[in-house]
Parts: sequence; structure tokens; C-alpha cells
Amino acid sequence: MSGAPGPRPPGARPADSPWRRLRRAARPRATRAQLLAGLLCAALGFGVVVQVRQTDLAGLADLRESDLVRILDDTGERGDRLAEEVRELERTRSELTAGSDSAEAAARAAEQRALELGLLAGTVPAAGPGITATIADPAGEVGAAAFVSLVQELRDAGAEAIQVGDVRVVASTAFEEAPAGAGTTGVVVDGELLTPPYEVRVVGDPQTLATALDIPGGVRESLRQLGAELSVETSQEVRVSALHAVSPPQYARPASPGATAGSE
Amino acid sequence: MIAAAGLLVGIVAGVLLHPEVPVFLQPYLPIAVVAALDAVFGGVRAVLDGIFDERVFVVSFLSNAVVAALIVYLGDQLGVGSQLSTGVVVVLGVRIFSNAAAIRRHLFKA
Repeated sequence: MSGAPGPRPPGARPADSPWRRLRRAARPRATRAQLLAGLLCAALGFGVVVQVRQTDLAGLADLRESDLVRILDDTGERGDRLAEEVRELERTRSELTAGSDSAEAAARAAEQRALELGLLAGTVPAAGPGITATIADPAGEVGAAAFVSLVQELRDAGAEAIQVGDVRVVASTAFEEAPAGAGTTGVVVDGELLTPPYEVRVVGDPQTLATALDIPGGVRESLRQLGAELSVETSQEVRVSALHAVSPPQYARPASPGATAGSE
Repeated sequence: MIAAAGLLVGIVAGVLLHPEVPVFLQPYLPIAVVAALDAVFGGVRAVLDGIFDERVFVVSFLSNAVVAALIVYLGDQLGVGSQLSTGVVVVLGVRIFSNAAAIRRHLFKA
């Protein structure tokens, strides 16, 4: 600074050396001012440490306004994000809850439908109001054609379940003449030989069914022409308990709706 | 020597006691600390200049801390607290640097 180039060996001017001066000043003297200075320095050290600790655990109170605004913004944004997430999760949750509800309802509906289809397919027993028709055929003239027209008539009258003898009548039921042979009478229904008197049990509206069989030129008249007698008994509780054994279809496959539309 | 010992004692006391800073002192303590630091550097420089006077040191130490705190307090009241404390810290920082430079020149001739 004062233009003295080169290092000066310490202690070259002992009287004026700043180090010596410093040492002299540092020499403990029990003056009141020295003690006071020591006290102040203690206060300074204390204050520094306290402030450093305070800064370490600085809460929001020590922050500037701009920092506070930024933190508030961040917090608000974060809150918004979390609220959005909450909404999304709640929506998912309600969707899932509704989904399980509708799945249950679908299962119930499917079960119900399976029962109804089972009635149609003849895989479940049916019971309800209907008629029990008995065909006495002493002459043995009643053949498959008579049964076909009988079943057609019953179906036309709204029969929901039909049983001839011990055979459930379903969509695929076939009536055949009994094989020609000595003294054989009867019809073959789905491969089972039935002999007179035939009992036909039908579930449906009893009045409609009974009326349907009685119409002029209808089943009763044709049977009478064959020498057979038809007696009909209406009841509120007819049981159609014969079951049809369903075998899986060998050739038919469910076609997709699109293919159906294309072929039509 | 007594001053250095005092500084050490203060630091140890602060570490051991770790007191809570009262809320009303919180904005002013850092400024007061910086001001006191400035006074200490000024004192060391005065020692090296050979003009150190303990009475002056004590008074300047206290007045520095109090004035710095007062300025910040005034700034808070005027609504420019943060700017004013920044200004005070800058001024004190400049003074500390110039004092430190003078001390360095005395001790190391550089």
C-alpha cells in the first residue's frame, strides 16, 4: 500500500509492528472498558449463534412478502392439484361402485333370463295355471299329424310349456308315426314311443287353451273323426315336470349381428 | 484477549442455551449482529492504527447495533423494511470489507 515492495521480515521494526501492537492490545487488562468490550463481544457471539439457529429453523414469519406470495401460490396450486386428484378418485370410486351395482343387476337379470329361456328350452320344470288334456284313442287312429296340429293349436293359444306323456315339447320336438308292426299303436315323440291314452299337460291361460281346442273344425273335431275322445280339465296348478335334455348344437353357431345384417 | 474470550463464551452460551428469539426482535437481530460485526472490525483496525480507545469501541458497538435496528424498524413502519434492511446490510458490508482490507494491509503489508 505505501509502496514498500517485497516482503518485509516480521519484527524488522519491532516497535511499530502491527502484530506486536495487536498482541499488546490483546494482553488481558482488567480495566472496566476491556471487560465491557469482552461483554459486548460475548453478546455478539451469542447473537450470531442465535440468529444462525433462528435462520436454520426459519418459519414463515421471517420470510419476505414476495417469498410468502410465492409460497402461497405454490401451496394454492398444490391444493388445487390435490383437490383435482380427489375429484378424480371420487369419480373413479363412484364409477366402480356403480359398476359393481350394475354388474349385480346384470347378473340378476341374466339369471332371470336363464330361467325364462330354460322354460322355453324345457330344461327347467314349469308349473302354473293350464289344462290337462287326455286323448282316449281306442281305435289307435291318432297319429303324428294330429299331435302336430294339437301342439300348433296350443301354441297358437299361448301355451308356455307343453308335455305329452313324459316328453317335454320344445322347439326341436318331432312327432313320428309308430313304426309299422303287428299291433303297435301310438306315436313316437322325440324317439320315445307313447301309447294311448295320451295325457297332454299345458301351462298357459286355461280358458284360452280350452277354447282353442273346442273351435269348430279344430282339434276336438278332427280327433272325433278319428274315433278318439278328447277330455280337457282346466286347473290353476298344472305341473309340467318332464325335462328336455339339451345337447350342444353341432353345426349352428351364434352369428354376429353384423354378419346377419350383411346377409340380409 | 478478553474480547476473544468473550466472543467464545458468547458462542458457547448460544450453542448450549439455544434460546428462542422474541418475535419483536426477530427482524432486527440480524441487522444488529451485522452492525456489531462492523464495530468489531472497526475496533481491530483502530488497534492496528494505534488509535484504539475502549470507550469509543463500546459506544460505537452499541450505537451501531441500535442505529441499525432503528433504521430497520423505521423502514418497517414506512413499509420499506426489506429494502432498507438490504441497504443497511450493503452499507455495513462495504464498511466491513474496507476495515478488513485495512487490517490485512497492516498485518500482511499487502
